Amino acid sequence: MPSDGHRLGAALGQAELRPQTPRSAPKEARDVRVLVLTGYGLNCEAETAAGFLRAGATVDLVHLSEILERGGQADTLAGYHILAFIGGFSFGDHIQSGRVFANRLRFRLGEALCRFVDDGGLALGVCNGFQTLVCLGLLPGVSRARGMPLAAQQAALVHNDRLGYFDTWVKLAVDPASPCVWTRGIGPTIEMPSRHGEGKLLFLDESLRDEILASRLVPVRYADASGAPTEVWPDNPNGSPGGMAGLCDPTGRIFGLMPHPDAYLYPENHPDWIRQRDAGTLPAAGLGLRIFENGVRAALAG
Amino acid sequence: MPIYRLEIENRPAVPDALATKTAQTLSAWLGLSPARIRTRKVYLCDLDMSEAEAKKVLAAIADPVIEVAALGALPDGEPGDPPVILTVSFLPGVTDAVGKSVKTACEDALGRALAGQVYTGTMYLVWGLPRADVERAAAEVLHNPLIQRIRIDAPPRRPDLSVPRAGATQAPRTEIVPLRGLSDEALERLSRERLLALSVPEMHAARDHFEKEGREPTDAELECIAQTWSEHCKHKIFNAPIEYTDPAGNTRRIERGVFKTYVVAATEDVRKARASSGIDGDGGDFLVSVFSDNAGVVRFTDECHLVYKVETHNSPSALDPYGGAMTGIVGVNRDSFGCGLGADLLANVWGYCLGKPNHTGALPKGLMPPRRIRDGVHHGVIDGGNQSGIPYMRGFELFDDRFTGKPLVYCGTVAAMPVETAGRPTHEKFTAPGDRIVMIGGRVGKDGIHGATFSSVELNESSPVQAVQIGDPITQKMMFDMLAEARDRGLYSGITDNGAGGLSSSVGEMAEASGGAEIDLARVPLKYPGLAPWEILVSEAQERMTVAVPPDKLEAFLALAARREVEATEIGTFTNSGKLVVRYGEEKVCDLSLAFLHGGLPKVVRTARWSPPPRAFASAADRDEALAARPLGDLVVSMLAQPNIRSGERYARHYDHEVKGLAVVKPFVGVFRDVPATATVMRVRHGRDEGVVLGEGIHPHWSDIDTHAMALACADEGVRRILCAGARIDRMAALDNFCWPDPIKSTTTPDGEHKLAQLVRACEGLYEACVAYGLPLISGKDSMKNDATLGGVKISVPPTLLVSVIGQMKDVRCALTLSPRAPGDVVYLLGETEDACGESELSRLLGLALEGVPRTDAKRFAARYHAFAAAHEAGLVRSAHVLSRGGLAVALSHMVMASELGLSVSLDGVGAGLSPAIALFSESTGRILLSTRAEDAAALEARLSPHALVRLGTVEPGSSGRGYLRIRQGGQTLAEIGSDALRRAFQEESHAV
Repeated sequence: MPSDGHRLGAALGQAELRPQTPRSAPKEARDVRVLVLTGYGLNCEAETAAGFLRAGATVDLVHLSEILERGGQADTLAGYHILAFIGGFSFGDHIQSGRVFANRLRFRLGEALCRFVDDGGLALGVCNGFQTLVCLGLLPGVSRARGMPLAAQQAALVHNDRLGYFDTWVKLAVDPASPCVWTRGIGPTIEMPSRHGEGKLLFLDESLRDEILASRLVPVRYADASGAPTEVWPDNPNGSPGGMAGLCDPTGRIFGLMPHPDAYLYPENHPDWIRQRDAGTLPAAGLGLRIFENGVRAALAG
Repeated sequence: MPIYRLEIENRPAVPDALATKTAQTLSAWLGLSPARIRTRKVYLCDLDMSEAEAKKVLAAIADPVIEVAALGALPDGEPGDPPVILTVSFLPGVTDAVGKSVKTACEDALGRALAGQVYTGTMYLVWGLPRADVERAAAEVLHNPLIQRIRIDAPPRRPDLSVPRAGATQAPRTEIVPLRGLSDEALERLSRERLLALSVPEMHAARDHFEKEGREPTDAELECIAQTWSEHCKHKIFNAPIEYTDPAGNTRRIERGVFKTYVVAATEDVRKARASSGIDGDGGDFLVSVFSDNAGVVRFTDECHLVYKVETHNSPSALDPYGGAMTGIVGVNRDSFGCGLGADLLANVWGYCLGKPNHTGALPKGLMPPRRIRDGVHHGVIDGGNQSGIPYMRGFELFDDRFTGKPLVYCGTVAAMPVETAGRPTHEKFTAPGDRIVMIGGRVGKDGIHGATFSSVELNESSPVQAVQIGDPITQKMMFDMLAEARDRGLYSGITDNGAGGLSSSVGEMAEASGGAEIDLARVPLKYPGLAPWEILVSEAQERMTVAVPPDKLEAFLALAARREVEATEIGTFTNSGKLVVRYGEEKVCDLSLAFLHGGLPKVVRTARWSPPPRAFASAADRDEALAARPLGDLVVSMLAQPNIRSGERYARHYDHEVKGLAVVKPFVGVFRDVPATATVMRVRHGRDEGVVLGEGIHPHWSDIDTHAMALACADEGVRRILCAGARIDRMAALDNFCWPDPIKSTTTPDGEHKLAQLVRACEGLYEACVAYGLPLISGKDSMKNDATLGGVKISVPPTLLVSVIGQMKDVRCALTLSPRAPGDVVYLLGETEDACGESELSRLLGLALEGVPRTDAKRFAARYHAFAAAHEAGLVRSAHVLSRGGLAVALSHMVMASELGLSVSLDGVGAGLSPAIALFSESTGRILLSTRAEDAAALEARLSPHALVRLGTVEPGSSGRGYLRIRQGGQTLAEIGSDALRRAFQEESHAV
């Protein structure tokens, strides 16, 4: 295991929010500061923190209530380079996945989120975090101009065609032409677990969909064994059209996806790890880690 | 306040997955074929807001992309084509977790706190079915009258604004219940009518106590005694002295009861053996905390211990499968969390013993069809576990029609406990007099009143509906998150779950540590007004824990809770008065000495007599004839389709396997990830390679022949499973969960003495196995009244023991699965195969009562397992699998399907003089299938030959990428079956259940 074993091994506790002094350009990975928002039924904080820590960054787990407590000024998030919207069941996914949590952010932290994005901050949303970013209108994020408040929602993640939560490993085809900084250099495919009940991606209308596709804002698609995008269950667990599994904004710095790179940090997470080891193809680290490394690298590049 | 009704549905172009699923279920279960179904969400907001505000709320919560919404009613289709409109919503007082979130959303949208509640419902608009069919669909599939109400409308309709507001304005009162001078008959009636579940001698003890005190008890005191003395809480049968007549006719007295004599003794004997062997070195005792807390604790690494607890939630799951099973999983989460000063939840396990899902016969009135119970139980645990962010690691289903009356619903949770917290050992609570009593989490309602006493009696027509609880996993998750923070900051000194018996049990138990407690029930936050003090005291409303907070930490504790939107209320103080004192404002409603409450229960000597009913077995000729009628290959394929053998993947994929990102060997393995793993392996902390290994054994069918053999087999299988995955043999521990039919002789249970003798024999077998395998029992549960009498029909479960084994690995990268690795590897069977087909899967497949239950020679097997574990340690084992239900045939089939490689095996060395079918299907215990590299074969044989090692054959490349199983004997091929044929039988989807 890496030498940071001990640091990861101790469960990470809640941290204080960093001072709202504008972040400085990071010189090395440890200067990259990641804020992982927790609470209200979210539950992937440990693996998300482990992903960014193993990518070398400095991570703070902060309960959303601590941030809202500060009144949500525009510079509330200014101390961070990366914002992580994690998986889980915020408010039970009652009403609709991510809805209550996203509304709370929209009403009480909207200005800070806009400022963070406008200042070139990076964001990763996984599963419930992706649903939240979509509810917030930050993804696909094509209609909001710099300096404007949060846009109205333009896409939705709806119930899987086969109703109910479904757990399976999926293969994702990665679009090398996407502006997404989080998937750069990955591919042509990457595997990771998928586990959700509401992951079918729909758009407000066809012209928006065409714009998204033309701008290559769909960095990852569910793929069949050959690596081709698919709509067929269970390779595509939710029936998402064209196999769409995630979205990025036009800058490529905000990325959300339904499957969980945070659950593939170790080679032994893969269901076939013993076969891979026998074949000499077992990677040194879980491939999901590459998403986190890309985020940290993008933060370093500025 | 005006009530606003919000209706939300998907836009016509957006698929309605709930409608699709509903149509499928109506078709599959009831044969109904509606032309079309649409569903809607309904929120009735009984909140102090204006119409303009309601509109604002609607805009905030409806999805602008995919949904349409209305304040009031949405249009119900075209006038010429009206649907039947079914609305399902909750009865008053039933937990409505979605309603709670909608209220939060309303408050967020309006930026202010709101008074009142939101009530939710689901509308089904059904086209193409007459109203009577929709009513039938409601009754048999879509609603449960114990917790829900329905309404059927036809357009045009006026939006229904009636809300199921609960509670009463009537001031709660405490009653005095006279006991003095009551006859035995009157005492018995009082116990029955108040659902106290106390026997006449127990009522005598209560009466004598209050006579000595010179007063009569209050209703709250009687209830408190009944909860504390319930079978559920005090394990009376497990602790009773027993006059036992064994199978040889010898009678002896088991003075200390079976729990101390066998269960505790096994653990103590293992502890002594470890101490004398010096196995634990300077690292500290392996057994950190056993039998004394909510869960068992064993040593794991320098940084954390492992905590494990498995519970049952049978009675509630019979009445409301979804809610009952959900509270099973979220309830056992609280047990593991509330151990010591608090542990981090790591993995869930589940197991269900159910009636056969394809049951078609008539059912006694009041019973749900087994498939509906199955569906509800799964969905309850799926929602409870997934929403709590805990992966499941083990799961099983076992079917028998005797589980139709009361299903057995096992739920368990593994947790990781930091060795130290805020400078103290985490496994010890340090509650002291003066510490404040804080109730935290959910509010108290009438839900769950009498759960503890209810589970201590049989299920019948008068079973209390309020004993049903529904969980709210998100409220609980938010509470756990907050408590973990409070633990790390050292803000409390003790914690326990509010489970069975509610506050009366949690405060009563914690009061034993400090020596007393005093609480005020008027301070307890309620879901609705109108609860009597005794109801507040014993309610089992969910998502609550009781915490002991030192006075100097109280402010910080309550402030943190408020900040995390977790309700926490100081309700009293721990004292050293020797008493449990309960007030309701000024009124004293309970004043009981702890010595009486916890020690006043009279012991009753029970009688156990081995007196099995006569059994007729099929003759050898009948068996041979039945076997001769079926080609061997057919038998193998048919076996894979048996209800207890089938894959089980259908429901399992709806449980989260992956959250936390620590799983290494998951519940399903193989190329297509559809073969149930022998055991599962998981990291415990990020960045560390030590792992936890889980397996189990459960064999109720063997109880019909001999519970002694049954119990040995359960422990044996659990141990074998985790060893196959690579667990250390020196760090194993187990939990025992006994689910028995009522073992006390009475007019309704004339065979009670035999059932109690079955319990004694099971405990003897368990003790024998645990001592031989060095397997301490660290926690457990006994559920002793698993009978249902409905419509004059009594259905009792077979005596059932679940042994859940928890193991450890130093490095998860050494884990093994059942899947053979490469062509050329050699396959061995370790252990003797005997003619052991009694109550086997073969006997059920053939429909014949066969003789011969597996004999588990635990001492000899232990030596075998040590040799096996050493061979694995030496790197000689490439894959390993247990032989369990269905014997060698099923285990080999698993290996073929998992690897998609060919297996060519010879039965020549399997058993002495056994026919091929018996060699393949015998369920002899103590056996492991393993594979090794050809070049390691000699070394492996040198190590394992003394332990009955049989070389079966080799792994072959498979044919066109597909595996096969070739079975040979005496140079002849008896059967060759491709993996596709095996898989078709194995997958439940192929059977249209």
